[in-house]
Amino acid sequence: MLLPDSQDWSAIWLTLKLASTVTVLLLILGTPLAWWLARTHSRLRGAVSALVSMPLVLPPTVLGFYLLLVLGPHGPVGQLTQALGIGLLPFTFTGLVVASTFYSLPFVVQPIQNAIEAIGPRPLEVAATLRARPWDTFWSVVVPLARPGFLTAAVLGFAHTVGEFGVVLMIGGNIPGVTRVISVQIFDRVEALEYAQAHWLAGGMVAFSFAVLLLLYTLNPDARRKAA
Amino acid sequence: MKKLFSLFLLAGLAAPAFADEVKVAVAANFTAPMQKIAAEFEKDTGHKALVSTGATGAFYAQIKNGAPFEVFLSADDETPAKLEAEGAGVKGSRFTYAIGKLVLWSAKPGFVDAKGEVLKKGDYAKLSLANPKTAPYGAAGVEVLKKLGVFDAVQPKIVQGENISQAFQFVSTGNAELGFVALSQVWQDGALKSGSAWIVPQADYAPIRQDAILLANGAGKPAAEALLKYLQGDKAKAVIKSYGYEF
Repeated sequence: MLLPDSQDWSAIWLTLKLASTVTVLLLILGTPLAWWLARTHSRLRGAVSALVSMPLVLPPTVLGFYLLLVLGPHGPVGQLTQALGIGLLPFTFTGLVVASTFYSLPFVVQPIQNAIEAIGPRPLEVAATLRARPWDTFWSVVVPLARPGFLTAAVLGFAHTVGEFGVVLMIGGNIPGVTRVISVQIFDRVEALEYAQAHWLAGGMVAFSFAVLLLLYTLNPDARRKAA
Repeated sequence: MKKLFSLFLLAGLAAPAFADEVKVAVAANFTAPMQKIAAEFEKDTGHKALVSTGATGAFYAQIKNGAPFEVFLSADDETPAKLEAEGAGVKGSRFTYAIGKLVLWSAKPGFVDAKGEVLKKGDYAKLSLANPKTAPYGAAGVEVLKKLGVFDAVQPKIVQGENISQAFQFVSTGNAELGFVALSQVWQDGALKSGSAWIVPQADYAPIRQDAILLANGAGKPAAEALLKYLQGDKAKAVIKSYGYEF
């Protein structure tokens, strides 16, 4: 059986780099957003929740197609990035990070939001009466209590980004080492009728997905309820 | 009600006796001409062609795994030959329905000169290509770049579409300034639809022979056989030619 070659390893490395970057970014951006959604009484809550959850129901090709137009030279974001001297985002690693951040957003925000909602206002009020500052309350009350939610968010955000295909296909341009992630590499292998190499990667993805979810449900038995 | 029913019956009788459907898998570069041909085919024969478009390699995998296609219009001549050898295609049914032409195209007017000198000047950030490993037009593009001696210089600027439609999409949205696409995508009725282009001389790349084949599913089906015959007729050939293909 043919073993994975350097192109396959490059795709694996790239995918891990992308998923790690996106997960860290999403935890940083998603936490305040989840916090706000969990605690606000604003009338905008419904609309923001809907926006955050849209990638759950939109076909990735829709997201990818619009990102290609919006980030492109004639799109508003593309004109902005060009004016700022960043250049255009499609066909770059940064572009994939931006796209994946949108794509995986609900998988990170929702578990954290659910966990914060489950804590309720009471522990925060108690912390406040003990003169804890908000930042202190966040680190010593919210994070420990919502830990299962954060764990679920990180694992799902990472795994979902690893599994991304449609969006990358639309804006990636299949550049080795830059945008050719595992899912695209598998597609190419199948298209080129190189089924032996395709099996290495595809089978690996099946094993990876199972291992990740097994880990999640073992470490965190009620993750499924929290994620739902 | 009875009157309505007999009206339907009459309408049914008016159509040719064997009015039927044929499921046809079509290479992405042939999408536009096939839609036109399918419409005329239905008008002339009463048979309806259900057209699915996509990448040749993907169709191969699907056909080998039980996809219900009856006719296959490939982007190359190797895949139909392979299908025939493996028993998924009907022996002796293969023929070249079109020879594709490669074009270097930009959505910007005046960007690509009539001799493709723009490739050597390198005054662009991205050049779009269909995946050369799987798409004949992509492979032809690489061949041209190598012949011009600019492949190594251009390589870092190459972005790949999974098929020729995507390669076209990257250029048409402006995300790549230029790219190698099929002439059929930018050509209609003897003229360029928009932008600027260099029609690459045929001597610069191996001919892109696009073969059709009757698949095992379509063997003995009148609609499938009628479509293959229709593709070789004058009417279809006129449409194929108007999109810049040769025979």
